[in-house]
Formats: sequence, C-alpha cells, structure tokens
Amino acid sequence: MNEAVPCLRIEDLHKSFAVEVLKGIDLELGQHEVVCLIGASGSGKSTLLRCVNLLEPIDEGRIEFLGEEITAARVDANAVRRRIGIVFQAFNLFPHMTVLSNVTLAPRKVLKVPAEQAESEGAELLRRFGLLDKKDEYPDRLSGGQQQRAAIVRALAMKPKLMLLDEVTSALDPELVAEVLDVIRELAESGMTMLIATHEMTFARDIANRVCFLDDGVLLEEGPPEEIFSSPRNPRTQQFLQRIIEAGRL
Amino acid sequence: MRRNGASGSSRSTLIALASTVVFAIVVVLIVSRSPGWPEVKQQFFNGEFFRESLHTIPKAFVLNVKIFAVAEIFILAFALVIAVMRGLPGPVFFPLRALAVVYADLFRGVPTILVIYLLGFGVPALQLSGVPRGELFWGTTALVLVYSAYVSEVYRAGIESVHPSQNAAARSLGLSHAKTLRFVVLPQAVRRVIPPLLNDFIGLQKDTALVALLGPVEAFRQAQIDVASDFNYTPYVVTALLFILLTVPLARLTDWLVARDRRRQLALGGAR
Repeated sequence: MNEAVPCLRIEDLHKSFAVEVLKGIDLELGQHEVVCLIGASGSGKSTLLRCVNLLEPIDEGRIEFLGEEITAARVDANAVRRRIGIVFQAFNLFPHMTVLSNVTLAPRKVLKVPAEQAESEGAELLRRFGLLDKKDEYPDRLSGGQQQRAAIVRALAMKPKLMLLDEVTSALDPELVAEVLDVIRELAESGMTMLIATHEMTFARDIANRVCFLDDGVLLEEGPPEEIFSSPRNPRTQQFLQRIIEAGRL
Repeated sequence: MRRNGASGSSRSTLIALASTVVFAIVVVLIVSRSPGWPEVKQQFFNGEFFRESLHTIPKAFVLNVKIFAVAEIFILAFALVIAVMRGLPGPVFFPLRALAVVYADLFRGVPTILVIYLLGFGVPALQLSGVPRGELFWGTTALVLVYSAYVSEVYRAGIESVHPSQNAAARSLGLSHAKTLRFVVLPQAVRRVIPPLLNDFIGLQKDTALVALLGPVEAFRQAQIDVASDFNYTPYVVTALLFILLTVPLARLTDWLVARDRRRQLALGGAR
C-alpha cells in the first residue's frame, strides 16, 4: 500500500441534527498516525467519529479513506465499515453472546472466515489482550475494563486499517482506566492508525502524534501535544486546558 | 430483628392456609345456601352427566389442541415477517412498511368472530379452483391472521426495546441491516418478549373454540351437542375444565419466566 496516501482526509465536513454540530471540519491522518481529539462534551467529537464510520450521513464536505472517497454516492457503507473499527464509550458488546462469539461474529458472517479459523484467531487476539480466560463468559460477567478491552478486540478482529475510539474510558471506574489505556498504547506501538476522542489529557499527551482541540463544532487548534498542552495559542484552548488543570486532570 | 428465617416463613404459610380455608368456606356457604342452588347443581354439576361427557368431550378437545399447535407455529413465523417488514429502512420499502401497518390495524380492529365468519363462509363461496374449502382450514387461517397481527406488535415492541447502540455496534463491524437483525437484534428481542408471546397464546388456546362456529366438532361444539341431547349443562363445565387444564400450565410458565427475568435484572443491577 502506498504509504504516502493519507489514511484519512476530512474536508469541510458539516453535520447538523437539530442544530449544526460540525461546522466545517478539515483533518488529515497519515498512516500509523495517532491523533487525539480533545474538547468539552458536546463539542462534536463523537459525531465526527460516527461520521467517519458512516454511522451518520454527512450534510456537506467529503471524507477520504486511503485515497477513496467514502462519502460519495453509491459507496458500499458495509465495505467501508469492515476496514474502519470503532469502539464506543458504552462498550456495546452483544449481551446474548459469549466474549469469543462477540469477537468472531463479524469475521464469520461478513468476511466469511471459517468458524474454526475465526475462533482460533479470535482466541489469539483475546490472549494478546489478557482476556483468553474470559472467552466463554457473557459480557455481563466481566468488569467494565474487561468489557471495553473485549470491545477493542472485537473491532480488531476485522483487521481494520483505522481505529476510532470514542471516549473509551469515560464510562469506567477510575481504577479500570489504566488497563484500557495500556491496550491502546500497545496498539499505537504496533503501528495502528487511530483517531481518539478522549478526556484523558495525560494519556493524550503521551500517546498522540497530534492533538486537535474541537470547540463547538470547529477545529480550533491542532499541533504536537507538547505544543497544545504547554503553549496553546487560541484563548478557547487555553481556557479549556485551564479548567482541566483546575480539575486536577492534567 | 429476631422474626426471620424458618419460623417467620412457616408462620406466613399457616396464616395463608387459614385465610384460604376461611375464604373457601364462606364462598361454599354463600353459593350452597342460595335459593337456586339445588337447581343449578342438578343442571351444571351433575355427576352422571359429568362422567358421560368424559367419553365425548376430551376426544373432541384433541381438535382444539391440534388447531392451537398448528396455528401457533404459523403465527410465530408469519408475525415475525410482518414485524420485520415494518422495520425495513429507507424510502424504497415504504409500500411494505405501509402494508404491515395496514395489516396490523385491520386484523386487530375486526372482531375475531367476524374474521372467522368472513373467511370461513366467504372464501369457499368464491369457488376458486385450487383453494381449500374446508371449514377447519379457514377457521385456523382466520386465527392465524388475527393473532399474527397481535404477535407482530409484540415482536415489534421487542425489536424496539433493543438499544440503538446495539445496532450501531453491529453495523460498525460491517454487518448489513439483515445480518444485524438476524444475529444481534432479533435474538435479544425475542428473548425479551417470550412472556407477552405466551400470554397471547393463552388467548389463542381459548379462541380455538370459535372455530366451532364454522362447523368442526371441537370440544365446545361437542358440549353443545351433548347439552342438546340431554338438556343438562354439565358438559359445558367439563369443557371449561379442559380449557383450564390446558391454559394454566402456560400461565404459570409465563409467570415463572417473568419472575426469573426480574430476578436476573436485579442481580445484574447489583453487580454493576
């Protein structure tokens, strides 16, 4: 694959529900790049991720994924979603299936991987993320941290080229956050391209190649984490980070 | 507190037992002392006619069970088709969605007894070749059509009770609408609606008696025949008892499932 092609390119993206949530977003992600989206709740982070995964139709603009415009008419959304994984704040595991079935469902039913192969590959992924002993458990028997790791594994089982993480630690008890962040860190080290919406500023500073500050549907500022966190230029960014520091989160 | 454990629960049992006995005695006294009781007892609870009915009515009751069993299978499948049709996405499927709505409205609106008459007497009168003309066939079909309308709504409530985030999670993995429905939404939806489904089937068991209106001799019809020949109403009581014998286990099963679900939810709520 041509490494020069950006993994993701978003141009002038607009999205409204009752009000305009995204007001013209431009963003580019190189392959193997990790970009963190920060900003207050309601600033449009989740909507942006859902638009990239085509879970929300966009109103204006375009999104390219590995050089292909995925927001064009007649693009097979299912085919796009196969290659872009998303992990949600609330895990959204399938409660009626065991952990292993959660992981193997899409490979088996979408990619038509034979059951045996899907299961051995799924078990291998679960082993890598320390969940092999939970493979036959149902999600409600797992801790929040384990559920979220299982949800990450479920997305990885489709061998995505891009992972979207939507505040994946926000629903977790504080003592469970670290195990999930470790998983994401490992993914970053393995070269996974990731767009991460997060409130974990310390984590964002550690892991991101670039940090983008989203405010009221506008990408106000972006740059390397050292720059954004130590000398933000935009007054809104300064204000936001000041509040985070006061809350003891940075 | 000291009042707990075995002594507390056996005390409750005793109280329940005593109050039940008192209640039963009061009811028996009121009924048996009513001025018309000897007449009613002779007409409805006659031991001789009771034994005689046991030779005819249970045999006829087999037909009710058959109608119920066959109708139930078709209802479960057909109602699911209607419910899924109603949930099809996109403007292309508008006609199918509309059809499903009209169907549910129509067959829930018209009294069951009318549907049975209209189908049972109307369709055979058309004398279409290749179309069955049996009363039993059309009676059962009418029950399937009416109950499918109700059951499709039960399914739909189940489908809508599955949180949209489940749909999003499945679609985000590349599953199509159909596969999401098949593997993620329906398994959860159906599990949730089993108690209300069973409730509808209790109704269906009773309504098999309505097929008698077209002529087939099931339990109620047999009872009418017996009553007409002996001028004694005891066969009706026998028929009622048979229906109760059939529906009570299903009613208890439904209660048990509902209670089990509640316990599970409480247990989960505690774990989170």
